[in-house]
Amino acid sequence: MATTTAPGPVRPAGRPAQDGPPSRRKRRTVRRSYLPYLLLVPAALLELGIHVVPMLVGVWMSLLELTQFHIRDWSTAPFAGFENYRVTFDFDSATGKDLLHSFWVTALYTTLSVGFSWMLGLAAAVFLQRPFKGRALLRTLFLTPYALPVYTAVITWTFMFQRDTGLVNHALDQLGLIDGANPPFWLIGENSFVALLIVSVWKSWPFAFLCLMAGLQNVPPELYEASAIDGANFWRRLRDVTLPMLRPVNQVLLLVLFLWTFNDFNTPYVLFGGSAPRQADLISIHIYQSSFVTWNFGLGSAMSVALLLFLLVVTAVYLLVTNRRREHA
Amino acid sequence: MAVAALLTTASIAACGDSGDSSEGAAKTLTYWASNQGASIEFDKQTLQPELDKFEQQTGIKVNVEVVPWSDLLNRLLAAATSGKGPDVVNIGNTWSASLQATNALVPFDDATLAKVGGKDRFVPAALAAAGAPGKPPAAVPLYSLAYALYYNKKMFTDAGVTTPPTTWEELVETGKKLTKSGQWGLAVEGANPSENSHHAFTFGQQWGGEWFDSAGKPTFDTPQNVAAVKRYIDLMAVDKIVNPSNAEYAQNQSVADFANRKAAMLLWQAAGSNFKAQGMSPEEWGIAPVPFPATTPPGGKKVNSMVAGINMAVFKHTENLDGSLEFVKFMTSDAEQVILNKTYGSLPSVKTANADPAFQAPEQKVLGEVLGTTAAPLPQVPEESQFETLVGTAMKELFADAAGGKPVTEAQVKEKLGVAQQKMGS
Amino acid sequence: MRESTGERWARRIVLSLLTLFVVAPLYVMLSSGLKPLRDVQGPFTWLPSRVTFQPFVDMWQTVPLGRYLVNSLLVASSAAVVSVAIAIFAAFAISRYRFRGRQLFSVTVLSTQMFPGILFLLPLFLIYVNLGNATGIELYASRLGLTITYLTFSLPFSIWMLVGYFDSIPRGLDEAAQVDGAGPLRTLFQVILPTAVPGIVAVTVYAFMTAWGEVLFASVMTDEHSRTLAVGLQGYATQYNVYWNQAMAASVVVSIPVVIGFLALQRYFVAGLTAGAVK
Repeated sequence: MATTTAPGPVRPAGRPAQDGPPSRRKRRTVRRSYLPYLLLVPAALLELGIHVVPMLVGVWMSLLELTQFHIRDWSTAPFAGFENYRVTFDFDSATGKDLLHSFWVTALYTTLSVGFSWMLGLAAAVFLQRPFKGRALLRTLFLTPYALPVYTAVITWTFMFQRDTGLVNHALDQLGLIDGANPPFWLIGENSFVALLIVSVWKSWPFAFLCLMAGLQNVPPELYEASAIDGANFWRRLRDVTLPMLRPVNQVLLLVLFLWTFNDFNTPYVLFGGSAPRQADLISIHIYQSSFVTWNFGLGSAMSVALLLFLLVVTAVYLLVTNRRREHA
Repeated sequence: MAVAALLTTASIAACGDSGDSSEGAAKTLTYWASNQGASIEFDKQTLQPELDKFEQQTGIKVNVEVVPWSDLLNRLLAAATSGKGPDVVNIGNTWSASLQATNALVPFDDATLAKVGGKDRFVPAALAAAGAPGKPPAAVPLYSLAYALYYNKKMFTDAGVTTPPTTWEELVETGKKLTKSGQWGLAVEGANPSENSHHAFTFGQQWGGEWFDSAGKPTFDTPQNVAAVKRYIDLMAVDKIVNPSNAEYAQNQSVADFANRKAAMLLWQAAGSNFKAQGMSPEEWGIAPVPFPATTPPGGKKVNSMVAGINMAVFKHTENLDGSLEFVKFMTSDAEQVILNKTYGSLPSVKTANADPAFQAPEQKVLGEVLGTTAAPLPQVPEESQFETLVGTAMKELFADAAGGKPVTEAQVKEKLGVAQQKMGS
Repeated sequence: MRESTGERWARRIVLSLLTLFVVAPLYVMLSSGLKPLRDVQGPFTWLPSRVTFQPFVDMWQTVPLGRYLVNSLLVASSAAVVSVAIAIFAAFAISRYRFRGRQLFSVTVLSTQMFPGILFLLPLFLIYVNLGNATGIELYASRLGLTITYLTFSLPFSIWMLVGYFDSIPRGLDEAAQVDGAGPLRTLFQVILPTAVPGIVAVTVYAFMTAWGEVLFASVMTDEHSRTLAVGLQGYATQYNVYWNQAMAASVVVSIPVVIGFLALQRYFVAGLTAGAVK
């Protein structure tokens, strides 16, 4: 690719960094064994201090009855044991039911957002493989949403989704797709889920595009030529050459997108101004509401811990499955 | 190397962070003001000359930060949690009991009240909305407000309506006459939980409902409250005098709609200065008390507004309690009360300042009358802020349903309020 | 390999639709910033009724945008620089050494990426406050605290990308340097870093953008003095009005430096990603 002047990768695709110990240097490594630890100290300290310790404090909070009566002095907060978890997982109660609802909304949202982002990213990457006039311009344009700060992008979408003054209804009306006298709502009611999804895809598909484009640069052109000689059409080439070569990229990309989207707080928070409509009640906003707005930090923490455990399990299973599949491949 | 980099950042990031109140010790106070005027900057410019006066009088410098309403409660909570932050703060008076429960605010017992001029200076209704009954107030009132019905005079005349409605039935009838192309009878702030909950309270009172029983337990889904909330939602759902678009309003667009002649009526607190800022002259609108039902439902009360307003509180963690109280006294003095309330179009919270000619304009007269006779404080219970959020959000969803053309039935209202009530218990 | 007619049309259609999707908000942002307030309060129009630059003037008055901009710049650039510096050392250790705890470190650091922010927001807030009380180093509501918080947000991904990148640099180069008598740190600075410039630029850009766009911590952990754009921009919805035109004008202004920076460096980003994350 014309713009890539940097040294390309030399390692074969799909080989994890961890293996292949440099045996020849073992002696030296042992002698300098203190050095790697020293190099890791700043990173380790920061991650411990800013993530791990607060996370553990959060776990402890989840065992307390931490409401406005006790927030000023935690030592007065009664130990609640697993009461907060009981409330969290009591799916017959209003609180548990709403959390479960929020979980399903988030699951659906994440699946659709990641799916669409990946598809759009792939389409753009594949169609921009071949040189043509204006290709560099389009590539730059497509990356712009990723570069835009989240809040400016989302504020703009909020404006576009206004019922009476927004672009979306105006354009749909001009196209004759909606009844201009009674235009739909986007930020409340059923459509709010669609609106959230659109904004999310708009923000994240460029990242998929970027990764997939980078991944496609590793595909040797000879492979395409060979398959073209075999008479393979577009879809066959996609299936037989492109997608298999992108598998290592996809493994990482889908996981990263999944985690970002599932935990996404910024988009719904800015789009709906703090409290999301029920139909678009993502789990991050839901927990924020449960803790900050209703001042029940113990319960909010319990919900967060449950969410963290869920993400850990999903990630572990995902990595196990995809690694195994990769080894078989 | 990494450490060096970190230190560099420290110095970069730290520069300009000076001016913290804590170091200046006794001679500096930090004050968080709520956003009362057109913008944060406007408020700063309004307050600064007054703070300068205070500094001249006492030698105490006050650093003011005007905190947007969207942040204020979170910031107060953070300050309460950490024992860190401002010395003196403005709080929405409905939060008084909730914040009182954190035990982070200085209680205004009689001795403390005496230091700021004495209990009797304050308008009793306003002081009643400053904490749970039977406890020393957690704050003192600063600006007082009430809800009133604002109407567009020209639209009324054009439609042949001569007097503002005094009952909901009349309001609906009038609203129907005024609703035509590009114009609606009434504007509401349908997606704003606080606004919704304030109306839930007033309608509830009129329909004989209570949101909390005497033991402080939530009683959201009583038939009275259900009927009250339904009456309010029906203004859009059934009577169709409210533009369905209002269901997504949460940033005072309803005020803008009224000021831009898109709606003929509005239920709001002291909106006059806001209208003016948006280019609507005072001659264009009239004001009347919020209506009542034509026939009082059983148990219904003669209440047509909450006691709205802003209170001033002092944090216990202040290192300068006397200076803080001195500042509270200054802000609630007659002179300051007149200047500030005049600017913001609100009413003084001290009796003596109310006589000032500045508050004899029609708007302030109506607000003052409502406040003095037919306003009641929101339930002063620790869970008040949860009530606002949960009930207000339930109503937001009901408005969304109504706007989407779905019928809003009594059963649905009851169900939503029931769910909100269940969440209070958790 | 020739492109068939069907493919060509598919390409044109897909790319046109994507362009439309991407451009619409950008267009709204740019055009609404040039509209008088009346225009953005009424039904949407494709063009301003009259072009005015007033929103670009007024926006500095409605909210203290200048201060927010400076705060965001300071916080995001410090966070990016420090984060990358720390990531370089960590990545060097992981890429070039085998030691006990290596795997544990990698896994722990990466898994912090999935912590829900809301879980450690309040604890972190309290830790900062108490640390401030104990040591006098103000972390809560200061740019320093925000900087430190943000740099940890980008650290895991940065380390991980750089490890991949360093791994792709032939060890032969290290060994040649060591034969010449270079110690490990000199090897890092003289051999590895110059070769890894694209990767380092990529993670710097990533770290900067992470800090530039964060909302949740910024809304709780800042006060008037340390407020960043992420929270400050919401100030255009005032008590009286939503100044959409000013909000859009401000969005344009705060987006332009990042967008230009990113687009100018995108080729490094792609190259860095190719070698680093995309293995």
